[in-house]
Amino acid sequence: MTLWSDPRWGDALEHLPDYLGNHVRVSLAALALGLLVSLPLALLARHRPRLRGALLGFASIVQTVPGLALLALFYPLLLAFAALTARWFGFGFSAFGFLPAMLALALYSMLPVLRNTITGLQGIDPAILEAAQAVGMTPRQSLRRVEMPLALPVIMAGVRTAAVWVIGTATLSTPVGQTSLGNYIFAGLQTQNWVFVLFGCAASAVLALIVDQVLALIETGAQRRSRLRVTMGIIGVTLLIAAALMPSLSRARQAYVVGAKTFAEQYILAALLTQRLQAAGLPATTREGLGSSVIFNALESGDIDVYVDYSGTLWANQMHRTDIKPRAELLADLKAALARQHVTLLGELGFENAYALVMPRARAEALGIRSIADLAAHAGKMSIAGDYEIFSRPEWAALTQAYGLRFRAQRQMQPDFMYAAVAAGEVDVIAGYTSDGLIAKYDLLVLDDPKHAIPPYDAMVLLAPKRENDSALRDALTPLLGKIDIATMREANLRASSNQSAADVATWLWEKINAKDAAR
Amino acid sequence: MSVTSPLIAFEHVRKHFDGGRGVPPVLAVDDVSFAVASGEFLAIVGASGSGKTTLLRLANRLIAPDSGRITINGADIADLDAIALRRSIGTVFQGGGLFPHMSVADNIGITPKLLGWPPAQIAARVDELMALVRLDPASHRDRLPSQLSGGQRQRVSVARALAARPRIVLMDEPFGALDPLTRDALGEDYRRLHRELGLTTIMITHDMAEAVLLADRIAVMREGRIVAQGTAAELASVDDADVDALLQTPRRQADRLRELLPRNAAS
Repeated sequence: MTLWSDPRWGDALEHLPDYLGNHVRVSLAALALGLLVSLPLALLARHRPRLRGALLGFASIVQTVPGLALLALFYPLLLAFAALTARWFGFGFSAFGFLPAMLALALYSMLPVLRNTITGLQGIDPAILEAAQAVGMTPRQSLRRVEMPLALPVIMAGVRTAAVWVIGTATLSTPVGQTSLGNYIFAGLQTQNWVFVLFGCAASAVLALIVDQVLALIETGAQRRSRLRVTMGIIGVTLLIAAALMPSLSRARQAYVVGAKTFAEQYILAALLTQRLQAAGLPATTREGLGSSVIFNALESGDIDVYVDYSGTLWANQMHRTDIKPRAELLADLKAALARQHVTLLGELGFENAYALVMPRARAEALGIRSIADLAAHAGKMSIAGDYEIFSRPEWAALTQAYGLRFRAQRQMQPDFMYAAVAAGEVDVIAGYTSDGLIAKYDLLVLDDPKHAIPPYDAMVLLAPKRENDSALRDALTPLLGKIDIATMREANLRASSNQSAADVATWLWEKINAKDAAR
Repeated sequence: MSVTSPLIAFEHVRKHFDGGRGVPPVLAVDDVSFAVASGEFLAIVGASGSGKTTLLRLANRLIAPDSGRITINGADIADLDAIALRRSIGTVFQGGGLFPHMSVADNIGITPKLLGWPPAQIAARVDELMALVRLDPASHRDRLPSQLSGGQRQRVSVARALAARPRIVLMDEPFGALDPLTRDALGEDYRRLHRELGLTTIMITHDMAEAVLLADRIAVMREGRIVAQGTAAELASVDDADVDALLQTPRRQADRLRELLPRNAAS
């Protein structure tokens, strides 16, 4: 199979209208808002050195905040704000997806626009400004007829820079629930689908180049005072906006939204749920790549309708519990706690995706390690790798305390790279996931947990409060409950990491479930 | 020339500028009084830094005096609307001061446009003015200032100053940066316009020869003060070393020219 005959290109192309349209929409809205705020601020600040310094300083600081963090920060901020407006004015709004992405990106676009507008206006020959006064212009007329036209090339250069930044950074809006070209990149990274990653990068780069060139037409047009160029540029911008708005106008939006976190298993399960809903005649779409902390809130506020989470994750992250209870008790407590928040726990899927300490089988046998208790004696000379959250989760503290574990070094890694890293001996142990197909692929050993320090992580289907009494939804998804065992899920995950699309794996998974039912 | 009540009068006008950190304030205009009669052409001559440009900026309220009064037709300009005042006065800047992004026609028509004249009337006025300052409207109307020579730019600047039919024209070193031939031609052309249109003109210059040739009356400025004023002949009798030195230059030039350029080769 050559690079170009790879079927995943076709798969990627299929998503393009949706991803690109959303990407352009959020970018243009952010840019428009950024301009709407920055331009008047720049005009206000040009004769006020102190305000100017404060504004440029603020914009520079915003610029130093990593894009992903800025986007992530806007989500809880808006969530709190929405709660306030709901309490005070009786209406809330969705703090998910478009709004946080647009606001963060707008903030991001401010620096180049502010700086260039101020620079452009200050760079005008004072003799010209005095001439404008002397021929009888009011300050407003001077600004409109003389200063703005003369500063326009510099201002447009700033707008171009802002546009390129915003379009590039918009790929990071996927985890806060805004569909963008970043969906390719996040999904591709998780499922080791490099075609997707490449496609997402190329698409956003091409988009940035096109927008940059269209704006360049306006910039050079303003510089050379060519009406033709400016007109062509404005037509280009108008076409872009029209193209971005078209699909959203034609698409009816009353579909069920299935959420997925940022790893392969979640993509597969979301695809499976979506397929089941569609098979039952319910319109359904997937919202992929949502941050682990964003997704539950999104369900609670009804931005997504259904998704799969894990009991241990909810226990620690949503209930903020650090104690560890036997499985049955924990599930009962969880169900009660979720019910208080009007979130329905539809049921478990049948497998568990728990954290587990994993190391190469050969090495473990050589050292005589079979359980975490055995590992404790060797840990001081070993290094461990885990995903981005494990080492800050309460169960990690519980686990290390229970067994007296102290490792020589801890590293954080993209989860999909951990298994290869431990197999290659780059780290000695990893905190992996029990349902991961790579465990079998690399012949790794999952160490026993005799003290049951790691809580259960049963995969469970959660429904949004507004779907509490939706029997069509329940009926469509109930056949999946208890039907996916750990071996099946591992194989599904392995398929996903060896170049099969999530949708294909979901189809395979459904066939497998049916075959098992038939055999029974 | 019959002396009636003056059109423009400065009465004990004083203006200083803050010098910034560590720099003492500068008294740019120090107790200056003078009057310009309607139809008169006054030249203000002085070295750079003598405060003569400040006088012009005071006259159209680009800046306000610290003390003293400036009147036009007897009315204190501090009581007038600054915007309306500036629209009623024509100003010609050193180097032209044209708007680089506007065509020649748009530059000339700017004040009428600000005053809300109908476009057809503005267009007719622009053509009329271009003819008046000897620029071919057809070939120059749509050019940008950057596509003109220095002399042409200054002609546009004069046309712009005259566009809204002002009675008063203020000129700041209008012909200073031009080559001698262009300068002479433009000076002569302006002098003609001044007379034909019945203008009242104040011209700033550092060139006494230009002042003597164009103006009815000359005021000499030094360190913010007017040290002498009068016709060229009157200045010649003033007992002031600086005024004398200023007049020596054109005199010497005239003598040398007469010597070197005899009108009749036979004599």
